[in-house]
Amino acid sequence: MSTEKILSSDGLPLEVSLKKAERKNKLKAVMLVGPLFLFLIITYVFPIGDMLFRSVDDRMITKMLPNTFTSLEKWEGKDLPEEPVYAAIHEDLAYLKKTKTYGKIIARLNYEKGGFSSLIKKTVRKIEKFEENDYKSQFIKTDKKWEDIDYFIALKNAAPNWSYAKYLKGVDLKFDQDGNIVQQAEDRRIHKILWLRTLKVAFWVTIFCFILAYPISYLLATLPMKYSNLLMICVLLPFWTSLLVRTSSWMVLLQQQGPINDLIVWLGLAANDARPELMYNVIGTFVAMTQILLPFMVLPLYSVMKTISPSLMRAGKSLGGTPFVAFRQIYFPLTVPGIGAGSLLVFILAIGYYITPALVGGASGSLISNTIAYHMKSSLDWSFAAALGTMLLVGVLTIYWIYNKLVGIDNIKLG
Amino acid sequence: MALPTYTAWNYRIWHYTYLTICGLVFFFLIAPLFIILPLSFNAEQYIHFSSGMLALDPDAFSLRWYEDMIYGTKNPWGLAAKNSIIIAFFATIGSTILGTVAALGLSSRHMPYKAAFMALLISPMIVPLIISGTAIFFFMAKVGLAATHTGIILAHIILGTPFVVITVTATLTGFDHSVTRAAASLGSNPVNTFMKITLPLILPGVISGALFAFVTSFDEVVVVLFLAGLENTTIPIQMWVGLREQLSPTIMAVATCLIIMSTLILVSAELLRRRSERLRGINR
Repeated sequence: MSTEKILSSDGLPLEVSLKKAERKNKLKAVMLVGPLFLFLIITYVFPIGDMLFRSVDDRMITKMLPNTFTSLEKWEGKDLPEEPVYAAIHEDLAYLKKTKTYGKIIARLNYEKGGFSSLIKKTVRKIEKFEENDYKSQFIKTDKKWEDIDYFIALKNAAPNWSYAKYLKGVDLKFDQDGNIVQQAEDRRIHKILWLRTLKVAFWVTIFCFILAYPISYLLATLPMKYSNLLMICVLLPFWTSLLVRTSSWMVLLQQQGPINDLIVWLGLAANDARPELMYNVIGTFVAMTQILLPFMVLPLYSVMKTISPSLMRAGKSLGGTPFVAFRQIYFPLTVPGIGAGSLLVFILAIGYYITPALVGGASGSLISNTIAYHMKSSLDWSFAAALGTMLLVGVLTIYWIYNKLVGIDNIKLG
Repeated sequence: MALPTYTAWNYRIWHYTYLTICGLVFFFLIAPLFIILPLSFNAEQYIHFSSGMLALDPDAFSLRWYEDMIYGTKNPWGLAAKNSIIIAFFATIGSTILGTVAALGLSSRHMPYKAAFMALLISPMIVPLIISGTAIFFFMAKVGLAATHTGIILAHIILGTPFVVITVTATLTGFDHSVTRAAASLGSNPVNTFMKITLPLILPGVISGALFAFVTSFDEVVVVLFLAGLENTTIPIQMWVGLREQLSPTIMAVATCLIIMSTLILVSAELLRRRSERLRGINR
């Protein structure tokens, strides 16, 4: 028996022709996704990678003191360096003085070892009067610190092009002079508190949202359409309203002379002259964020509950379960996917929240995002901001990955 | 939810407690928005309910803060509104086109690595805004687009596309692809098929995605804070600046306008969603 190959109309074997068509379709789909994909790669993915790079990039200092670092390479760190090192430092500092750019290295070196700031400033002031040759004694005459070997060790430590020092700083650790990782000084350990607070706020906001969202989602899912549509507006209107509008309404409500405090005084819970501080602390952050993020919990819960047939509960009851047992053993387990989706979404959004904590949180209610913004806009320590941002990003992407595994991003629903 | 007459008294009590709890949660959700409306008509300069307002005395109410918002001499709201509208308009067009085209590709069953692409395209919605803002700022500064409208529009296109991708892919699930095949077999070219067959059917999804993109851009403040110069100030930026200084009644007036706008958008989005479900034959 001979097997004849089935040919398509253009004379090719059917298999080949089919593959060709499939490939064409695949290419068509990829071409459609292509523009947005490329756009995001260039304007979004690449910049985020660049930010990651910036957080470990420490070449600024080696670029500004090129001769110093070349000469220090040969130095072993046992005795005070010889004349050539001092000459190299002189050359670099004189150039920085001429271009007026020495300000940048001061902060960086002072970070390596306290005292560098005054040392560099003092030396730069006098550097023009230095005579040629025998720089070593002239340096030491300007400031005794140039005789201290610790400063040279610190300088050499600043040499590597790549450094994860900023990441250590982000969790209150640092390198000591011997390159060991140690804790920051007691009074400078602020970031661990911030991370913990951010996690705590995100966790509790998620819990509060869940507690508040579950009953109303159930109501929305079980009420007849005409009533539930009306009530749905209460969920959707805040969802569509500007974040700043919602935050400002909380500022109105929570201020000391505001309606909530009026109510507390009227109820006799506090004296008129001892009104509790509801804003500019962590209470304000909790309350406002819970209300703002609540719709993100209600919508996934609602869409899951909508699919649960009410006859299941009736069946449970008819088999002898009390309503409570029927709820716990039948209804609740069926809503778990919705709880997972809503909780992860709220947690992801809460962990990176910036605007609301900045406006109603005050100092004790500010989160990690606020610190990132502070370093971006005020302290201008961009590489530290980038390091904190990268740490936050890794956390969020991990949760995103879990979300994707559990829920699937195609199942995100909006409204 | 009316209870049958045979319900035992303890269930009755539980039922009404439950309804009360739900009522309180709905109140918690919606009441903060309504506190702003009366305060924007306050005749006084302070943000609280004056005794005249509580007594509904007409003299205690005025439109002076709305006048201040529009005609006030040093008020930046005019420029901010203009910028916001321009930026949101172009950002919406950009996100809608890019997002819709990408969603068409993603919904094709021939698309390879669908989940991975989807995860990437949605990521701007998931990544905290402060990180997106930082990264986009570094990038725009590098290419010389910081403090320009173009830079902000590009940033908002990035942030808006995930919403369009999500809504349009949702509309395309359950889309009957045999209608496009029918069009093709009748000799229509792909562009024509898209314009005449696919687009009208998915239009409600596209428009509601566009609404999301518009609101995202119009409401966005974190990224603009990094990117904007004095010339590019937007309404959210001005509100942010104002709120950091002090609560002024003018901000309440602006907020009221924004609430009215969001109500209109909500109504149109809801109508579109229902139309889309009808078009796709989904009955709930």
